[in-house]
Amino acid sequence: MTNHWIDIRNSDCILIMGSNAAANHPISFKWVRWAMENGATLISVDPRFNRTASQADIYARIRPGTDIAFLGGMINHIVSNKKYFEEYVAHYTNASFIVNHEFTFQDGLFSGYDHEKHRYDKSTWTFVKDENGLPKRDPSLKDPQCVFQLMKEHFSRYTPEKVSSTTGTPVEDLMKVWETYSSTGKRMRTGTIMYAMGWTQHTVGVQNIRAMSIIQLLLGNMGMPGGGVNALRGESNVQGSTDHGLLFHILPGYLGTPVASVTNLAAYNEKNTPKSQDPLSANWWQNKPKYIASYLKAMFGDAAKPENDLGYEWMPKPEDGKNYSWLDLFDNMYQGEITGFFSWGQNPAVSGANANKVRRAMTRLDWMVTVNLFDNETSSFWKGPGMDPGKIKTEVFLLPCAASMEKDGSITNSGRWMQWRYKASEPPGEARSDGDIMVALWKRIREAYGKDGVVPEPILNFRWDFAQEGQYNSHAIAKLINGYFEKDVTVNGMTYKKGDLVPSFAFLQPDGSTSSGCWLYCNSYTEEGNMAARREKADPTAMGLYSGWAWSWPVNRRILYNRASVDLEGQPWSFDKDILRWTAENAWVGDVPDGGWPPMADKKRTKRPFIMKPDGLASIFGPGLAEGPFPEHYEPLESPIYQNPFSSQRINPAAVIYTTKADTWSSNDRRYPFVATTHRVTEHWQTGVMSRWLPWLLETQPELFVEISRELGELKGIKNGDRVVVSSPRGQVDAVALVTPRIAPLNIQGKVVHLVSLPWCYGWVHPKNSGDAANLLTPSTGDPNTRIPETKAFMVDVSKKEGA
Amino acid sequence: MSGNYFLIDTTRCTACRGCQVACKQWHKLPGVATRQWGSPQNPPDLDASTYRLVRFREYKRQAKAIRYFFSDACRHCLEPPCREEAKTFVKGAIIVDSTGAVLFTKKTKELGKNAQRIIDACPYNIPRLDQKTGALVKCDMCFDRIDAGLEPICAKTCPTGAINFGDQASIMKLANMRLDKAKSKFGDQARLINPDEVRAIYLVAADPEKYYEHATY
Repeated sequence: MTNHWIDIRNSDCILIMGSNAAANHPISFKWVRWAMENGATLISVDPRFNRTASQADIYARIRPGTDIAFLGGMINHIVSNKKYFEEYVAHYTNASFIVNHEFTFQDGLFSGYDHEKHRYDKSTWTFVKDENGLPKRDPSLKDPQCVFQLMKEHFSRYTPEKVSSTTGTPVEDLMKVWETYSSTGKRMRTGTIMYAMGWTQHTVGVQNIRAMSIIQLLLGNMGMPGGGVNALRGESNVQGSTDHGLLFHILPGYLGTPVASVTNLAAYNEKNTPKSQDPLSANWWQNKPKYIASYLKAMFGDAAKPENDLGYEWMPKPEDGKNYSWLDLFDNMYQGEITGFFSWGQNPAVSGANANKVRRAMTRLDWMVTVNLFDNETSSFWKGPGMDPGKIKTEVFLLPCAASMEKDGSITNSGRWMQWRYKASEPPGEARSDGDIMVALWKRIREAYGKDGVVPEPILNFRWDFAQEGQYNSHAIAKLINGYFEKDVTVNGMTYKKGDLVPSFAFLQPDGSTSSGCWLYCNSYTEEGNMAARREKADPTAMGLYSGWAWSWPVNRRILYNRASVDLEGQPWSFDKDILRWTAENAWVGDVPDGGWPPMADKKRTKRPFIMKPDGLASIFGPGLAEGPFPEHYEPLESPIYQNPFSSQRINPAAVIYTTKADTWSSNDRRYPFVATTHRVTEHWQTGVMSRWLPWLLETQPELFVEISRELGELKGIKNGDRVVVSSPRGQVDAVALVTPRIAPLNIQGKVVHLVSLPWCYGWVHPKNSGDAANLLTPSTGDPNTRIPETKAFMVDVSKKEGA
Repeated sequence: MSGNYFLIDTTRCTACRGCQVACKQWHKLPGVATRQWGSPQNPPDLDASTYRLVRFREYKRQAKAIRYFFSDACRHCLEPPCREEAKTFVKGAIIVDSTGAVLFTKKTKELGKNAQRIIDACPYNIPRLDQKTGALVKCDMCFDRIDAGLEPICAKTCPTGAINFGDQASIMKLANMRLDKAKSKFGDQARLINPDEVRAIYLVAADPEKYYEHATY
């Protein structure tokens, strides 16, 4: 979230799309309700009339996988009806930039597409520069080659009628949503978006979010209380694990993973550090060399020296262009290229798209270690449906681990708040905390490498001061994540001693004199103590910032881009949206500002508010993504229509498609006529490993069901409560039919399209009759930017189970 | 009459069922074996192990779906008909304690065949017979928590302000305020269910029958 949970209460209009927050983030509704009590309008856009929709002032249905059409139509509505916040757009976004004249968009393809490699050469997705190397601008936004005009032209194709025939949303509902939401393009009003996997799990997942980001910029909602772009994370610490480098392509703090061709630290810095000639741009990422140096120092301690490039050589480096995402790992495993696997705190046999492929891949392993609270479909895959244990070579180890209340440490919630938790009790039996398991494992690995390891240096030089007396120490690791001064240094006029904790990332150094395991968390555990453990309840702005409660990255800033919440004079756009203001004493008061420079009116000393962007302005034209600088509607890999209504390019031209025998798919196929999506339920957690074993939760949602409309029920002779089979080209599951008016057939290009939805939290291990994973149906195709699978839009058949 | 009151504002309920599960946790009631029976409402009904149940109803009106959620439990009537009925058979089987809670005591086991008459006396279809012990059971307002200065676990758990607990004055004030809001949003169908007769007052946005056939009598 750019904002945070409590801040939802400051909104005037809440759009929940790609999320069923009422069901899956129930506590969020405390704040949604609060906002509604103050007059906010709640809009729910979802394929199903779900629990969120039941609370909404406006509900609109949508075909899964058509969000860009819906949002593109909203952009068109905002621009053509002048609903945008002109002052904000002109001064805080790149709308005024003049785009390279060779940039084109024709029939669904942007310039630079390579039809063989399914990839773009992005060299024309650039801006025209002036003699000083700065992007040329037209502040009036009228130049036909400026971002604003190109955007206007691009989305002019998204007319209400065309959008409606793509999304299945009635035109009057589209207009109601667009009109209501775009009313937040005024100084006094803000709108927020709450989204989750319903937006991300598509071949166009990232562009869904981009489309909404453009809307939030046009309406001046970024940086604003009650605004922002807010990802509701699906797990209590997903934000934290992402911040700390869970994903293969980033190190902690969103530093790019070094790749094989970049062989030294200077080259890494040259390649990864953005440059700007613009005196008005803070270009905060210019500090990246400090952050990577401090990270290496946290990795290798005293062994990291300037003369050995701080140990850069020891960092693992994938071959250039090689992917190690979830989909790629299981694809490799399926093809026998990966022979050992740690499945830690996860259950891929249920959570993985195309679960049959995932389960089959596991049979090709030599060994697998699963670390979990309970037995699950992954640890027991070898005796699952369709498996012959006698023919499976994989040796499986199941390590019992501590539950969240049986260990201390921090979690970082969706709102970026790092909150310290205390241990409530010891783990039972032989169960250990994840940290203790890792410490024990590490000890053995280190011993083995010390004897006869191949390239032992990275292992033997690894810094090892957060385990004390053989035990994992969460405070020690939290301090190292914050970082230390590694020798006596004077920075910004202050002298620090070796071993002092670094006060904030502004003090980190590029020369190895400081360490920090994650620069973004530098300031979280300082000489003043563990900031995440703070529990102060004061709220001086009365806007719900609670700045003394826990700690929020970066540097306890509660709302990102908050300097865009003020006008050029530094005054809040609206008196009741006052989280930050520039005072007569020439200082900011309120939230921690996004940089302490004076407001934009002070042209000599100011910096623009979007400090992480090289030009200091937010990107309406976003040249960094795989499939284009503007979002464009493409059909899901599997869809009910033959032709993309917006172009002759049917699917995302850069979509990731795998080619093993298990990667079958079929679009516009009479055998699989119904659009399917998956969802979560309040009562189960993720794959259900933790909740299916809890009788109080299991009794509320005991087994797999599929929601279908009354019309589809009639068509297929299925009555409410009947047992049915749901099948796709990849697999099938048995389920109980929930025939409901909450799902309705959609009119897509004059054709009646039926929709079904299944929860994905069930598995065959427990309970015995609860059905199996909905992901047996889903395709393992992915978004080219994140390689997240398209599990939210695919095609199935549903039929009554014979003999049931 | 003073004592404790609930306001159950169904217009705020998201059916998260935190109340239903927390009730089981506080009262140490077991989960029961259920099947998916064509409704998210599970267990299907109140039972000896389920004192609070969120009921689900859905309708179609002018091509639009409507959902109603109803966190159903004892209303703690000011003049409880169950107590009136029980006292003719077993004295002290059903009592009203100082918190205002209507309590089924262990003596309900002595009701024997007459237990059914108590069940039938309830206009809201709340009491259930525990076949194992022979006792009648239902919501006890968490009177033990109230004695300890805590609010009932369902109210404590509710994230959206649907279940509220307090003294008569504060709950009636809140109820009337919420009723005004509900009327402005849902029209005159919005109402409080029997606010002069019960300690658990429900605010509904439509005909109570649409929520549950025993929502009122």
